[in-house]
Amino acid sequence: MSWILILEQSLNGLQFGLMLFLLAAGLTLVFGIMDMINLAHGSLYMLGAFIASTFVQLTGSFTLGVLLAVPATAVVGMILEMSLLRTLYARDHLSQVLATFALILIINELVRLVWGSDAALPGPAALSGPVELLPGLRYPSYRLLIIGVGLAVAVLLYLLVTKTKVGMLVRAGASNREMALAMGVNIKTLFTLVFGVGAALCAVAGAMLAPLFAVQVGMGENILILAFVVIVIGGIGSIRGALVGAVLVGVVDTIGRAFLPILLGAFFQPRVASAAGPALASVMIYLIMAVVLYFRPKGLFPARG
Amino acid sequence: MKAKLVYLAAAALLATSVQGADKVKIGYIGTLSGPSAQPGIDMRDAFQLAVKLNGGKLGGLPAEVLVGDDQFRPDVGRQLAEKYVKSDKVDFLTGIVFSNIMLASAPIAWDNKTIYISVNAAPSPLAGKDCNPLFFAASWPNDAYHEAAGQHATNRGYKSAYLIAPNYQAGKDSLTGFKRFYKGKVVGEVYTKLGQLDYAVELAQVRAAKPDALYIFLPGGMGINFIKQFVAAGMSNEIPLITSGFGADQDIIRPVGEAMLGLFDTAHWALDLDNAANKKFVAAFEKEYKRLPSVYAAQGYDTALLIDSAVRDTKGKIEDVEAVRKALKAAKFESVRGAFKFNRNQMPIQNYYLRVVAKDNQGRLVNKTMGTIFKDHGDAYVQDCKMK
Repeated sequence: MSWILILEQSLNGLQFGLMLFLLAAGLTLVFGIMDMINLAHGSLYMLGAFIASTFVQLTGSFTLGVLLAVPATAVVGMILEMSLLRTLYARDHLSQVLATFALILIINELVRLVWGSDAALPGPAALSGPVELLPGLRYPSYRLLIIGVGLAVAVLLYLLVTKTKVGMLVRAGASNREMALAMGVNIKTLFTLVFGVGAALCAVAGAMLAPLFAVQVGMGENILILAFVVIVIGGIGSIRGALVGAVLVGVVDTIGRAFLPILLGAFFQPRVASAAGPALASVMIYLIMAVVLYFRPKGLFPARG
Repeated sequence: MKAKLVYLAAAALLATSVQGADKVKIGYIGTLSGPSAQPGIDMRDAFQLAVKLNGGKLGGLPAEVLVGDDQFRPDVGRQLAEKYVKSDKVDFLTGIVFSNIMLASAPIAWDNKTIYISVNAAPSPLAGKDCNPLFFAASWPNDAYHEAAGQHATNRGYKSAYLIAPNYQAGKDSLTGFKRFYKGKVVGEVYTKLGQLDYAVELAQVRAAKPDALYIFLPGGMGINFIKQFVAAGMSNEIPLITSGFGADQDIIRPVGEAMLGLFDTAHWALDLDNAANKKFVAAFEKEYKRLPSVYAAQGYDTALLIDSAVRDTKGKIEDVEAVRKALKAAKFESVRGAFKFNRNQMPIQNYYLRVVAKDNQGRLVNKTMGTIFKDHGDAYVQDCKMK
């Protein structure tokens, strides 16, 4: 157990957290402003990855493919919002869950029809190897790119939300929707825009993670659950909460998986440690969520008063 | 007049039904949707190809294959088994990919005196104390690939090994099988969450442990993720990676790509096995489905051939379950894997090969046979089986 290992795992946690943030940011805005539980958010993440794989194949360039996939997925998201999801705003959460769950299944099979069960999205060849950050610490250069992109997007979102008029409208809608409506904000366009931005963020996450993970049908479901945990911890409707929650979840999950088995191994037999370690580690995030909710039922940074 | 026609029709029906089976009905349940569907799709495609190449017949009788999708859920598998066995009255139930679904569904066949032939899963209890005369495995015993991999690691002289598998029954069995034949030191044994995506944490631990070799059992999407990340971390140049054939066949090669080159794995079959049945199979599969067959497809194809041989050798009298069992056990068919025979626990005794991922002469990524690890290898549980 060395400092190098701890540092490497911390970087892993940060990278995981930043990607979760991209998904959680869109999800928390949709939930916070439109009061809609959108389970199909994970499907947008999957669509982003598949669309990116097609564009990368067509253009032969990773950067170009990803840059094209982001607006394309945003457009798909906005069409989805205008045609289907708009009718769900007025309904109760259960109807939204049912409808968007059905959307997950439909989009899964549609993707399978168009692309097949999986697609290949190779990363940029220049970043396929490790980089020596410190003597003895070799970290995959592609993961460093992910950290960079995640931080850049976080800064961009911060500027968008705090320094622009649109951002102000978004914050107003998240804080008190009825009042924003009463003040004459064009809710319809705002909602579509927010949905489009959420879809674009999903596409960035999906395309950036695709070279590391498998691009396959159903890839959105696992990460969606984590995204919901993040927004609950961070506070519904708050982007700052999404960032803090995501990094917290990412680091806790990583440290838990890395060091819990070792910690248990110091007290128990190896057989017990290797069985209990992974089980406990996967539960850590939910424990954190329970603890946070106990002290702050509305999350760490609730958007509404 | 109408009544007379009805009576005539009834009499005709009665007459034909006395004669015995005029076709063979197969209930085929597979995982055909979701992230882990590719093996099931390969098996079903190959099974149907075998029937097609036989003129739509098995053993000389017209074959009716009812195909259902268990969606990776044991309750759906059970429902389909109930339908096929009880209401469609199939002669054979087969097709299930995953052990947990099979263990939930096959007993329905056994309770109704219907034979279950496994295309894939063959968990160790069914090889040992729970062996069942109505259960045949046309694939391999669950531990076999992992035992072969352990033997390969021993043969290569790797003094230390780090092991990773998912935290469920098949994962635990896989590492037990590996350790049974690996004579070096196990420096790490990690069970990851089933369906886990990101292995950065585990990879960092592996790098810190500095083993001579890394063995993984991560089927489906898990394997795709792991191998991609392993290569991205630069570890493919430092630590030799060994996997079972489940983690290195066409369903993984296609999404991962050239990062798989040089990976060693073990299986009971490879594309380049030199026998007439295999050459015919590979060519026909590629022509029909425009893709290369995987080891799963080879299993599906062989299962159909096995059923074909049993129906043929009982001369179509498939209502006599004992006679069918005897014919199945004799296994007189040309398997694409070469020599095939059943052990007394109705699990295969066969060879296991070392394969490496390389390019064929058309530049495609395939598994090439490097050598034989085990010849005529059975399983470690047969002594607990009370069948003769």
